[in-house]
Amino acid sequence: MGLRKVAVVGAGMTQFVRRAQETPRELVFKAVRAALDSCELSIKDIDAVCLGTAPDTFDGVHMNGEYLSDGAGAFGKPYIRSYVGGGTGVFVPIQGWYHVASGLFDLVLVVAEEKMSSYYPHAQGAFLTIFDHTTERPLKPNLLWIFALEMNRYMSTYGITKEEIAQVSVLHKRNAADHPAALLGDKNITVKDVLDSEVLAWPVQRLDVSPVSDGAVAIILASEHVARRITDKPIWIEGVGWSLDTAYWTNRDLAYPRYVEVAARMAYEMAGIKEPRKEIHIAEPYDPFDYKALHHIEGLQLADRGKAIELYLSGSARRDGNLPICPSGGLLGVGNPIAAAGLMKIAELFWQLRGEADKRQVAGSPQKGIAQAWGDLMQVGTVVIMGK
Amino acid sequence: MVTGNRYRALNSLPESAFHDGKLLYTFDQLNTHYAWDCGVAIGEYLAKLREGIIIGATCSHCHRTMVPPRLFCEYCFRPIKNFIPLQDTGTILTFSLCYVTWDVQRIEIPEIPAVIAIDGASENHGILHKIGEVDPHAVHIGMRVKAVWKTPEERSGDITDILYFRPE
Amino acid sequence: MNQDVAIVGVGWEGFSPTSVDYSYKELIYLAANKAYHDANIDPRRDVESFISVAEDFFEGTSIFDEYTPDQLGAVLKPMHTITGEALHGLISAYLMIRSGLFNIVAVEAHSKASNIKSITEVTRYALDPIYQRPLNFHPEFVAGLEMQRFLYESKCSVADCSSIVQKNLHNALSNPSAAYAFELSEKELSEADFLAYPLLESHIAKPADGAIVIVLASAEVAKQITKQPIWIKGVGWCNDSYPLEYRAWDELRYVQKAAKMAYSQSHIANPIENIDFAEIDDIYAYREALTLVALGLADEATIRGLIREGCFYPEGKFPVNVSGGSLGVGNLFDANGAQKTVEAVLQLRGIAGARQLNNPRTALVQSWRGIPTTSTAVMVLSNEEK
Repeated sequence: MGLRKVAVVGAGMTQFVRRAQETPRELVFKAVRAALDSCELSIKDIDAVCLGTAPDTFDGVHMNGEYLSDGAGAFGKPYIRSYVGGGTGVFVPIQGWYHVASGLFDLVLVVAEEKMSSYYPHAQGAFLTIFDHTTERPLKPNLLWIFALEMNRYMSTYGITKEEIAQVSVLHKRNAADHPAALLGDKNITVKDVLDSEVLAWPVQRLDVSPVSDGAVAIILASEHVARRITDKPIWIEGVGWSLDTAYWTNRDLAYPRYVEVAARMAYEMAGIKEPRKEIHIAEPYDPFDYKALHHIEGLQLADRGKAIELYLSGSARRDGNLPICPSGGLLGVGNPIAAAGLMKIAELFWQLRGEADKRQVAGSPQKGIAQAWGDLMQVGTVVIMGK
Repeated sequence: MVTGNRYRALNSLPESAFHDGKLLYTFDQLNTHYAWDCGVAIGEYLAKLREGIIIGATCSHCHRTMVPPRLFCEYCFRPIKNFIPLQDTGTILTFSLCYVTWDVQRIEIPEIPAVIAIDGASENHGILHKIGEVDPHAVHIGMRVKAVWKTPEERSGDITDILYFRPE
Repeated sequence: MNQDVAIVGVGWEGFSPTSVDYSYKELIYLAANKAYHDANIDPRRDVESFISVAEDFFEGTSIFDEYTPDQLGAVLKPMHTITGEALHGLISAYLMIRSGLFNIVAVEAHSKASNIKSITEVTRYALDPIYQRPLNFHPEFVAGLEMQRFLYESKCSVADCSSIVQKNLHNALSNPSAAYAFELSEKELSEADFLAYPLLESHIAKPADGAIVIVLASAEVAKQITKQPIWIKGVGWCNDSYPLEYRAWDELRYVQKAAKMAYSQSHIANPIENIDFAEIDDIYAYREALTLVALGLADEATIRGLIREGCFYPEGKFPVNVSGGSLGVGNLFDANGAQKTVEAVLQLRGIAGARQLNNPRTALVQSWRGIPTTSTAVMVLSNEEK
């Protein structure tokens, strides 16, 4: 088939904070500025812009993509916003990828932003409207419900305990202490802290969850010949995959994210990866809740079903382990401005594979990494594989 | 290459900034309503709920019986002709004990959302609803439950015509 | 590597002011069935990727993309939502096929405008929350501002804009799918109230419901599955400034740029000669005229004369909105571009019935996302591969 090669040549992000004074457009601008500066390009060099942001209801602006367009540098440029709920952060680089791979553009800017703090009194309330308007909303469901229902099913099916799952939160939040933009890095957090935290929707407790945050991330994609002109360390997008499961989430077994598996297989096939557990050196699965990281690691085929926890118990998931998981600190540690959080993982892999991840650097010159995001009603898996 | 520039600082606002009047803000709200057309399948589902019956749909191609009913099977992409009555009993596939309402108010007695596989539908085919009349700590996956309905006069053709499910 | 992309199937359900019988899922399922039948494919077996076009506040549901796969046959397949105009969705499918990743992609766009009880309020919500909403204007004031400037620059009159409405409503009489097909005189149209002077209420396309599914394929596959592929010769899309304060009011720069991009790809040096007809934005009647200027199909000095000569009628030199446009078909919001694309496909295939144009070969399709956006997309389509 011969797909055109596409590389990430620059990346930048804002801090992730609970509430930023910056408007959504200013957040986007800061991230784009950081990305352009990182590879010494100007907005004039950019041929097209792709933007991802999750529900408009947070910002309280209809057609939020239009509102954000000039902050994203899209003035006078081809500009399209894509949207797959929480999966958006790892989907928007795929959207950017197909812009470059189509042959129409050489330099594409990819931006993801979220400002959740505008929603009053609490961003969580906004999620009422994601449920089916007729068969579910009258029950006044809560976002926590679907995670708690899934976490319970996962724990029960495989016999995994809360003590074990808490290890994920601990590792990720400790990792995040080394991330300059992190909201919740904590070098000293323990399993006990997680288990003592307030029960929100059993089995979900407060420290099992990543919090509402504001932030933005931007990356720059280039076609092969242009990439080599800009940097001597382009990081290639070797595989892309995505899959959307049925909206009838109550008709599916929540113990296993089959849509993540389908997305992962699509990406592995494109990247020519036959043995993921050997060939992937770093994994950034989506971790809005601690158990989700485990759920997704299994969907990504990096562990057998019910066995992802062993990577944490054995130390393999640590930065100095065999398969570092979320060396960035993930959503649990850095923060969860929904779309930006996914793109943060892409930026992390970019820095890690170039040896520029500072104190978070995984040793041994990692060659390939995988980033994954999830979204909707336990429905979408988006996967990107990056390599040197 | 300056690496420090990669992580741009933001002006982080503490909650107190709102209370001591130093921060100006505007407030706005979307004031619209939606009247969604339920369509054939959900229209029938709601009409039957008013009669105290849960209905499902059977795909003649893959023989799956689904709930809520729908006009087409999403796996076979074939139209469905048969809506059939199901039981109003079922099995808990998963549940939670939720101490926070949808708008983040703390509550003492937890709400118990659950996915309940309805008897008569295919395996693992359930609906979202709540569990009631039970000690929260007695709820378990695999528990058998039965719907508790509003009285016929109170029902309006809504999912809340079922008040909750209680242990069988 | 032949990278051409063609439209191989279209299907639609609609268009009408209400659609109470069916939910949006059912409406889309019906449209999809027709599109897949038209393309002679099975979605579960043959369609490799899917795109839905939708915005949360039009649907009344957040993360609306959750509810998109089932009615298209997209379960567990690569599917994503484009929060943009239908043409942005079609263009995204075009890019994906050109990339080589997929051979067959289906795109869906729909409107259930009748389910939104106050659509003006939703439009208001697209205005800047800090600088514009507190002014408390009816949001369509933006169209009033733009029309005012257009009349000043072009010397067109309000009556000239009414004649555009008249043309499109008349054209709709030959379109069995149109929701608002009427013979109305200029006098009847001019007697309407002003909504935002000089914009008359009769100049505004009324909402309609409907669903449209379009199937695209790579050249190799297109030729295998249909005898009449409609080729996408060029695409262009562009945004201008979001803030009202920074935009140019006298010209649609974003339409100019998008058109330039599409013309360059399709080797169109002289649009009025190289293109046979156009289906373009007419959500507000004056915009059809302003857009024609931005597309290079007329200029500011000549547009008034051309309108008055009847140049843009079906029997005129350059037919515009033969389908009836949004004024005649109904405003499908972000699905308008899909309706215009379907019209172009039917005309280029020679199956547009009573409104069939005489042997058209090349069409221009353009749409705009409505107030307060400066977002547009353009496609050039042809029934000739080369």
